[in-house]
Amino acid sequence: MEHHEQLAPPAPAAPLSADELRAMRRSLTTGRLAMTRRSLLRAGGALAAVAGGGAALSACGIAPAGRTDAALTVDHSPAEKRLNFSNWTEYMDVSDDGKRHPTLDAFQRRTGIAMTYTEDINDNDEFFGKIQAQLANGQDTGRDLIVLTDWMCARMISLGWIQPLDAERLPHARANLSAQFRDPAWDPGRKHSYVWQGIPAIIAYNVRATGGRRVDSISQLLEDPQLKGRVGFLSEMRDTVGLTLLDMGRRPEDVTADDYDAALARLQKGVDAKQIRRFTGNDYTNDLDKGDLAACVAWAGDVVQLQSDNPDIRYAVPKAGYMTSTDNLMVPSKARHKGNAERLIDYYYEPKVAARLAAYINYACPVDGVREELAKIDRTLAENPLILPDEEMAARSHSFRALTPRESRVFNQKFADLTGA
Amino acid sequence: MTATAAPAPPDEQSDDEALPLRRTPARKRLVPYWLLLPGILWLIVFFAAPLVYQASTSIQTGSLEEGFKVTWHFATYWDALAEYWPQFVRSVGYAAVATVLCLLLGYPLAYLIAFKAGRWRNLVMILVIAPFFTSFLIRTLAWKTILADGGPVVGALNALHLLDVTSALGITEGHRVLATPLAVVCGLTYNFLPFMVLPLYTSLERIDPRLHEAAGDLYARPATTFRRVTFPLSMPGVVAGTLLTFIPAAGDYINSELLGSTDQKMIGNVIQSQFLRVLDYPTAAALSFLLMAAILAMVTLYIRKSGTEDLV
Repeated sequence: MEHHEQLAPPAPAAPLSADELRAMRRSLTTGRLAMTRRSLLRAGGALAAVAGGGAALSACGIAPAGRTDAALTVDHSPAEKRLNFSNWTEYMDVSDDGKRHPTLDAFQRRTGIAMTYTEDINDNDEFFGKIQAQLANGQDTGRDLIVLTDWMCARMISLGWIQPLDAERLPHARANLSAQFRDPAWDPGRKHSYVWQGIPAIIAYNVRATGGRRVDSISQLLEDPQLKGRVGFLSEMRDTVGLTLLDMGRRPEDVTADDYDAALARLQKGVDAKQIRRFTGNDYTNDLDKGDLAACVAWAGDVVQLQSDNPDIRYAVPKAGYMTSTDNLMVPSKARHKGNAERLIDYYYEPKVAARLAAYINYACPVDGVREELAKIDRTLAENPLILPDEEMAARSHSFRALTPRESRVFNQKFADLTGA
Repeated sequence: MTATAAPAPPDEQSDDEALPLRRTPARKRLVPYWLLLPGILWLIVFFAAPLVYQASTSIQTGSLEEGFKVTWHFATYWDALAEYWPQFVRSVGYAAVATVLCLLLGYPLAYLIAFKAGRWRNLVMILVIAPFFTSFLIRTLAWKTILADGGPVVGALNALHLLDVTSALGITEGHRVLATPLAVVCGLTYNFLPFMVLPLYTSLERIDPRLHEAAGDLYARPATTFRRVTFPLSMPGVVAGTLLTFIPAAGDYINSELLGSTDQKMIGNVIQSQFLRVLDYPTAAALSFLLMAAILAMVTLYIRKSGTEDLV
């Protein structure tokens, strides 16, 4: 006990020696801590940089999506016989030598309008990101006609970025648009958009991979143990969730938040049980062809193409119904050649032209009266319900409700969580 | 940068008459800065400005319809981290494994090219670089064919019951390789291997072969020569190679998108989905910054540890 008291007092209490004090003073006046004019300036500079940085940060920000008054855009069509048309890749008929687009050529010959046809749309979200800043600032995107999927059209129309079309100038389009597509909730009366192609989402399977079994419902996709780990769903939220809703006996046309959550929970079970292999974009066709995916949700146009190369590919239209989305032609605001664009829209609603296009790209044709014309080109295509849906088939087609921006954010976030990102 | 060079000191102007020979014309002195100018402008426009913009985006709140305003909402960072830490950890893990595999595969290859290839050296170098002649996407898609369920590779692995082992370890799923962690790591390793081989080769090639002879003269066995001479001298290449592999691999999202499944999504996939699909720009920007900070921290630590301050 005693020797404890003999210990030296704790170090901090020891006063600094004279040498140490001198050294400290030296370093404060002339050393690295010395406050000189230069160091003051430097500190001031740093402060200014911080303040400037803060100002720069707050100066950014993204302007609200301004409603450009699309109606006031001047149409230069009468003076300028030109048209800039942006479309998806491989979404147009091609001549045998692969260099020309016959229907487009015929349009240019007939009207004398010089067309710039660009295949620069690969993805709705990506393309939106590309043109968003220009449209938000009320600038011309340099495109007179664009093709986007319905839910993206809904967003762009509600943002006020799309010019209304002049119904007077669209006689064929008004007369021949299939009843199924006439009055979507997001564009009542087709004031802003016309369908380029319909895209049915159905079930496709590879009989070699399923061992000859037929796969014809979402329940089977999600539960059949023989398909475990070889089932694909699309990363397109509306198609995947829409088909699941139909399978549960609910209508995607009036989906509620609860319906949506229930459908996602069902899909989540498929993910957790490792039943679902992947959520895919366009790349599912390759997997299905090879048999890595035994069965999947697929776009009808791809199925028609795949079937022509691989006899093992089959499709089934679920009894509960299927989803049809549409890609739509629209004229963005500030585009200079709306009149020319309207002529092109109307042109593609002539049954002869529509048949030529349908024969080449194999998606669902939105034009009435095409059957006879298509039969002249290819009889089997004209009888294919995926290209020209008969009444029974059309009656089972459903589409997703137009979502408010807020809903769409929430739904997309939940779907992103489901797909792992 | 240019500002520091622009004003010539006034006293030099007055000495002009006295020392006509020593004076370099102002125009000449400015030349290096003029030469730097395009590079600096490039950096400002395409690196600094976007970085500031992203930094700003990450602390904004709002929506596409109402616009985004800077509200200094730093909580986005915390929320993003709390929500997506598994993808962060996964990205770092996959990138680290891929980097180690690249090193294990790339070192012997680089060694071979540098010391043993002889007149085949150029040909082998071309073979290493050849994959760059096709697009990243196509190369990755090719792996889907290589690793297809019914393909010869997976068939052989199954015949050897190797996939049973890897499945038990949790790096594959049943009797397949695609849509599993193994496939993603394979893709990353393949895609970034040249970034490992090239710096390794340049630092190995620089080693004087006489050093090997000297080591042999001093009775060092080949293994000792490698351990004491070759490997230490190639350290700059190892460090540069691992950085060039690890950094892009950690941010990659193509491999995980095409070769992986929902459980293999990396942070790059999350950023892409937040930016493009959910349209939550602040979260996406915050995630980008967190990734940058994480990589910067790890790289700094690594360079300190490996003691190679001067790269290559």
